[in-house]
Amino acid sequence: MTKSMVPSRYRVTARHPETRDTVTLAMEPMDEPIGTCQPGQFTMLYVFGVGEVPISVSGIGTGTLAQTVRVVGAVTRALHAAGPGQVIGVRGPYGTDWGVQSATGRDVVVVAGGIGLAPLRPVLHAALAAQESYGRIVLLAGARSAADLIFVREFDVWRRRGADVDIAIDPPARGWHGHVGFVSQLIDRAVFDPANATAFVCGPEIMMRVSAKALIERGIAARDIRLSLERDMRCGVATCGHCQLGPLLVCRDGPIVTYELAAPLLAVKEL
Amino acid sequence: MSTANSPPLTQHPFLRGMAEEHIARLNQVTRYIAVPAKYRLFDEGGTADRCWLIEAGQVALDLHVPGDGPVIIETLGRGDVVGWSWLFPPFEWLLGGVTMQPTQAFELDGRAVRAMCEADSVLGHELTRRMVTVVVRRLQATRIRLLDVYGRPGAPG
Repeated sequence: MTKSMVPSRYRVTARHPETRDTVTLAMEPMDEPIGTCQPGQFTMLYVFGVGEVPISVSGIGTGTLAQTVRVVGAVTRALHAAGPGQVIGVRGPYGTDWGVQSATGRDVVVVAGGIGLAPLRPVLHAALAAQESYGRIVLLAGARSAADLIFVREFDVWRRRGADVDIAIDPPARGWHGHVGFVSQLIDRAVFDPANATAFVCGPEIMMRVSAKALIERGIAARDIRLSLERDMRCGVATCGHCQLGPLLVCRDGPIVTYELAAPLLAVKEL
Repeated sequence: MSTANSPPLTQHPFLRGMAEEHIARLNQVTRYIAVPAKYRLFDEGGTADRCWLIEAGQVALDLHVPGDGPVIIETLGRGDVVGWSWLFPPFEWLLGGVTMQPTQAFELDGRAVRAMCEADSVLGHELTRRMVTVVVRRLQATRIRLLDVYGRPGAPG
């Protein structure tokens, strides 16, 4: 077993419920910490005795990690139930990152669907921390309903720091004062310069495909649109092959890829 | 409602690239309006005789649900077209439209535009083509919403 396959022990220091089925865990290392995470990378989180899952990093501190988990199975259910003091195995970080710095001098357009906002949160943090280096910073986020929105407590903070934040929910709603519609519809209305913008997109695959097409219709080049792919990642080190997508092993060659690279692969039904 | 300083109609995304002579004619039956939040532009079941091209603000399309009042179906914003019932019989609003924010928009006289389209088939075709594009895009977005994409789990775990 290589060193990169051995988890470091992290202790949960805080648990922030986001929605009925999603929680953000803040963790600090008990052993030697894993390497520095870049926005977009993921770690393998191991609930001892239950199993291991890949989870994107949603917050990066000095030596600390924040990871946002939605319940979809046994391991994520156990992570969702984890409280302060619980020990989690962490290995990584793995995969490609968003490359936020490469958008220097450009508008930053973040398009998120559902829990897809989690891996994009560090993009917003990085861009807002160096605002003078970027043009407009735009967040367009969609969710199933208002109750399914994550990081709600931070939307106004991001607005105050200078981001344009627009949120859309899908179903007809009473008492909701934001947008009602699919998140891709916000792309037409957002103010940014398509010729000088980099888009960062994460969410369900259908949402990413539709959003990427809307961004291209607005005039953003496919090479300037980045997506976070999701596949069944198990080893994290390009060995087991579970996450293969055509010529890519998503744990190594992704999860972040350009739409230019992903578009032909996402169009293959067998993949 | 007040008449606000108007930007050029040519700059609105819905009309971008349209022949200048056509835009000039549409301009004759257009006024620029500024309305506050919660201003009802039209009511479900009313005569559809106008159309709006939003410059700024937000408009909700709603439907009266017995016992539940108006329920918002969709919201529209900058660059969007509000209303297509004015173009097709029976010229009756299927939904209501109310502003959610202070809103500025071009308001077109639907009857006058229809008459122009009847008299000039080139303008009629161009305007109908653009309107159908709006309808198709909204239909596609609605179909995606029906999928409940956020409710589907991704990878196992």
